[in-house]
Amino acid sequence: MTSAVIPPQTTSAVAMIRTLGLIAALCGFIIVSAYQGTYDAVRENKRIAVERAVFKVIPTARSIVEYVASPAGEIVKVGAGGTAAVSGAVKFYAGYDKDNKLAGIAVEGVAKGYSDNVRILFAYDPAAQTVSGFGVVTSRETPGIGDKILVDKNFLANFPLEAKLTADLKKLANAIVTVKHGSKTNPWEIDAITGATITSRAVGRAINDAAQLLLPRIVPHLSALKEKP
Amino acid sequence: MNASTTERWDEFMEGIWRQNPLFVMVLGLCPALAVTVSAVNALSMGLATTFVLTCSCVLVSLLRKLIPKEVRIATYIVIIATFVTVVDYLIQAISLALYDALGAFIQLIVVNCIILGRAEAHASKNPLLPTLINALGMSAGFTLGLFALGAVREILGAGTFFGIALFGADFQPWVVMVLPPGGFFVLGAWLLIFAAIARRKNARPLSSPAQGVR
Amino acid sequence: MHESAAQIFINAFLANNFVLAMFLGLCPFIGVSGKLETAVPMGVASTFVMLVASLCAFGINILLAHLGLEFLRLIAYIVIIASTVQLVEMVLKKYSPGLFRALGIYLPLITTNCAVLGVALFQTAREYDFVQSITFAVGAGAGFTLALVLMASVRERLTLSDVPAVAQGTALSLMLAGILSLAFMGFAGLGG
Repeated sequence: MTSAVIPPQTTSAVAMIRTLGLIAALCGFIIVSAYQGTYDAVRENKRIAVERAVFKVIPTARSIVEYVASPAGEIVKVGAGGTAAVSGAVKFYAGYDKDNKLAGIAVEGVAKGYSDNVRILFAYDPAAQTVSGFGVVTSRETPGIGDKILVDKNFLANFPLEAKLTADLKKLANAIVTVKHGSKTNPWEIDAITGATITSRAVGRAINDAAQLLLPRIVPHLSALKEKP
Repeated sequence: MNASTTERWDEFMEGIWRQNPLFVMVLGLCPALAVTVSAVNALSMGLATTFVLTCSCVLVSLLRKLIPKEVRIATYIVIIATFVTVVDYLIQAISLALYDALGAFIQLIVVNCIILGRAEAHASKNPLLPTLINALGMSAGFTLGLFALGAVREILGAGTFFGIALFGADFQPWVVMVLPPGGFFVLGAWLLIFAAIARRKNARPLSSPAQGVR
Repeated sequence: MHESAAQIFINAFLANNFVLAMFLGLCPFIGVSGKLETAVPMGVASTFVMLVASLCAFGINILLAHLGLEFLRLIAYIVIIASTVQLVEMVLKKYSPGLFRALGIYLPLITTNCAVLGVALFQTAREYDFVQSITFAVGAGAGFTLALVLMASVRERLTLSDVPAVAQGTALSLMLAGILSLAFMGFAGLGG
């Protein structure tokens, strides 16, 4: 063994940056090809998921048109000629029946549940001014407890739920609230499930928040939505 | 069987049994506990991790002479993040329901310490073939571990296996098993079983807590 | 959705505690929680990294959304976190060498602490605004520290008791964590 000490190898900064640049370029290439390669399939999946969810909450619907309602109260069809994103615009889906008549409007609502956000899709029936039903989009609620909102007969009996607007169409005449099990007295109240109060409250809040925001924008334009465009 | 095949087989089995990432090294706990509420979720998570682990290790092994030592960790992380992004889009393309069930934990594969650990400890020092075998063995061990957790939690917590009801309508599910505490209990129980087996074999005692640092 | 800052904080701190309900940051939780004196600095250092990561993630998200490059989000987040950890490491080394040595290997490992990346990812997924993001990061960090301190206190006492040899080590820690997690379930719904 020689006593010569080998100096610790160091890489020059230029070489380091060159290698890192190379690796970054390689990684960028991989990501972009994966993104491009799956883009169509992902979009198709999302479309099918939306369709399935909307058809579930509006059973008579046969086709769907997607709209956004801007804060100024304008309603624009999505997808036609690349609509520019308006800040504060809210998406909703109009479901049309087999005669191309408006069957209902599906709106997404979200509220904090027991363990994470509960994202639901509910159907608004413009003729009766009620929320006719709802479905869960995503929820991480406790199995066997929180997911009772979809099967509990008493809870489902809350629907149709009154969602009338005030005379000036600015807000709901009566805010939708979830009340303790057995104390529902008004058609705009939701009777909670015993033992799943938090999730029941989340459903009520999700519907109320979305309805308060969106219905005043949609209802004045209902006549324009009556027929499938 | 010649010597080298036996060796490779040993290398592969290492990850499944003696160095099982979940039950022996106690790594990668976050996804192991968070998504294993059902056997399907557990298996999908295992496969996603397998993909990321294998691809990352192969790439690291191929580039090992090129990567400057000073910035190797950053490079590994970028490579891992790349493959996680790929797997994220792949799962979205395959099934949105699965994507929603796994949630943010797909992206959190990036910080699964097994992957960084393998890249640093094995792939950066070995040529392609041994790296591949080692990565596959580790992945298989991790996937099996996840499956063992997911299956127990689903059977006890929901009374089903792969969504098929196992018991009659009278079965009252142990809901706690699919809640967060259940994850800790089931993994703890598996570790106890492994420790008991290791003791009975009179092998060296199971890892001390200090080994589970990452 | 309007979540007040107090609700976000309580949710991240107690009701949906990052460690005990969301399973984030388990590795340092099991690894560092042996002693109380390392648990506290580890919690504080992680909280700091979470806060910085959350701020950066907020900026990056706006930038990437502006450029239409959302698919680079994950890489950008992880690089930011790695750099922040490096920064904390250098600052500690210079101003508090004792603490630096005490934390040792665990300090660089904050990079692979899923709780940090979790904060960045969840705040993006939930579309929090600036104040909400900061509150969320602080709440999550406080929750992580709390879990770490509780666990360390229990484990310090446990070293004095007579445990069957087969249950010693990680298995026992996990059972303990399960019991703590059960206790934390009692906070559910507190944040409304």
